[in-house]
Amino acid sequence: MPGPRQNPTDTAPVDRLRAVVTGRPGRGQLVVAALLALLGFAAAVQIRQTDTDDNFGGQSRQNLVALIDSLSSATDRANSQLDDLEQTRDELLTSSQRRQAALEESRDQLEVLNILTGSVAATGPGITIVVRDAQGDDVAAALLNGVEELRVAGAEAIEINDTLRVVASTSFTQQDGLVFVDDVPLRAPYVIDAVGEPGTLNEAMVFRGGFVSSIEALKGSAEIDRADVVLVSSLHQAKPDEYAHPTDR
Amino acid sequence: MIAVLGLLLGILVGLFLEPSVPEPLQAYLPIAVVAALDAVFGGLRAFLDGIFDDRVFVVSFVSNVLIAGVIVYLGDQLGVGGQLSTGVIVVLGIRIFSNVAAIRRHLFHA
Repeated sequence: MPGPRQNPTDTAPVDRLRAVVTGRPGRGQLVVAALLALLGFAAAVQIRQTDTDDNFGGQSRQNLVALIDSLSSATDRANSQLDDLEQTRDELLTSSQRRQAALEESRDQLEVLNILTGSVAATGPGITIVVRDAQGDDVAAALLNGVEELRVAGAEAIEINDTLRVVASTSFTQQDGLVFVDDVPLRAPYVIDAVGEPGTLNEAMVFRGGFVSSIEALKGSAEIDRADVVLVSSLHQAKPDEYAHPTDR
Repeated sequence: MIAVLGLLLGILVGLFLEPSVPEPLQAYLPIAVVAALDAVFGGLRAFLDGIFDDRVFVVSFVSNVLIAGVIVYLGDQLGVGGQLSTGVIVVLGIRIFSNVAAIRRHLFHA
């Protein structure tokens, strides 16, 4: 082949290399330079590509399978954890709802009991009874009977003379013609306010042999007014129980 | 001298332009690079042997790259692309090692 083919016996290889590096470049060197530039470019691009390949490209098939396995088992674990946590959350939600319901029920009960024990004022429809001119030693007993009748008829709050709340422990006594309620002397006329269903309460007072009859038998008069709003504003101070303790049930 | 400059220029261009390899070429570029390396070391050995010819170098460079690409493509079509790539790399590696050994003997006489 003609041209720039080298003569093997020319010089020592190292000297030839030095001569090429320091001497003037020929046409052949330009072509080699272009090809080497292409090679360098491709190598640089490929190295960069491999770097940015998330390091999965060079992994063997077994490694990839193991990776996928570990990933899917991690997913399974996370999923089961998620299920557990959701179950816990649901349990907590229902328990808090139950607590809420119990709390509301307790509040309702507390309201009822507060009215029953006279520790709060109460208002609502009901009747007002005014007793005048009753005489004799049985006035207190008649008033007690009347209060009992009101209770039977469903009165929820009762007070006398706007000052005395009638509760479970209220006593009616009579001494020297004076009526004492809870040891407080009572002046006539006696005014009884009762909150409840007005019609029922009225019926409980006026039936034959009932409260009105017994007052009239004592030469007095009993006047009954139904009202849409009866205010029971007096309070009863409950003493702490000395002997009775609540039990668990 | 200018050949070394060309190599450096190519590396710098590749580093700074940050081109991304097109998807269909991704399997071939590494093989092509190794094949070209084999051609380069073969050329260097021929130069030191005193039988270097730029035309031979160009032909061997291009044909190395093309044959490597064709083999990998064929392997892909046959479903043994990975194994065949490994085989090509091994063969080219052996050639590179033997070329480098010859170069070493020339330069260091050892």
